[in-house]
Amino acid sequence: MAHPKHKTSKSRRDKRRTHYKAVAPTLATCSNCGTTVKYHTVCPECGYYRGKQVIEKEIAV
Amino acid sequence: MRHNKKFNHLGRKSAHRKAMLANMANSLIEHKRITTTVAKAKALRMYVEPLITKAKDDTTHSRRVVFSYLQNKDAVSELFRDVAAKVADRPGGYTRILKTGNRIGDNAEMCIIELVDYNEAMLAAKEEAAKPKSRRSRRGGAKKSDAPVAETKVAKTKEEAPKAAVVEETKVEEAPAAEAEVKAEEPKAEAESTEEAADEEEKKEE
Repeated sequence: MAHPKHKTSKSRRDKRRTHYKAVAPTLATCSNCGTTVKYHTVCPECGYYRGKQVIEKEIAV
Repeated sequence: MRHNKKFNHLGRKSAHRKAMLANMANSLIEHKRITTTVAKAKALRMYVEPLITKAKDDTTHSRRVVFSYLQNKDAVSELFRDVAAKVADRPGGYTRILKTGNRIGDNAEMCIIELVDYNEAMLAAKEEAAKPKSRRSRRGGAKKSDAPVAETKVAKTKEEAPKAAVVEETKVEEAPAAEAEVKAEEPKAEAESTEEAADEEEKKEE
């Protein structure tokens, strides 16, 4: 089996990792209570989704 | 190569996976709504919906087929007695998956999977929405919206017409009687120019 001949230096390792970036999630505002919510997710504050009460507030995580 | 192999094994061997899906299906039929991860919910949807469809046909054979999947006679009787009656006129799509954010601990994407015909809040909302049927098409209701526009157009033409007439009269007075043909042509040109001016004014107003 092929083996690496040289240890990857800190510089090369870190240069490889320059492309590892965190991506900010796309956010929306709840149509009912105005809270910032993630898209395609039930509002955790009021349990609304797409303008409707889909679950009770206690159940919404 | 794993081209087009979409089936999610959920990190389990087949027996483990089938047992888990059977347990989840039993819980869903018993409680009508369960909280789980999105991946499991989607696997469960593919597992339980054919069973619900089978429950619409209440025969001994279909009961035995469903029992072979669920291995729980309480769930089977509940499915064939109550759930089947509720979903009788629904052509598939018996479950709904609502995402509820990520789980603390492993950041797994969580959701609620429920039987569509048992969500009382949404069923009530749907009935309310269905009662006052607001027509979104303009067919039939277009007369009201068209009438004012037509009136304004007529008014504009009326405004233009007197102006043209005034111009013609002034020209006639100024020009000598000998050039009858030229007179006839000039007023038209003037009228056109006035119309153009009027159009420009309208554009400015807009």
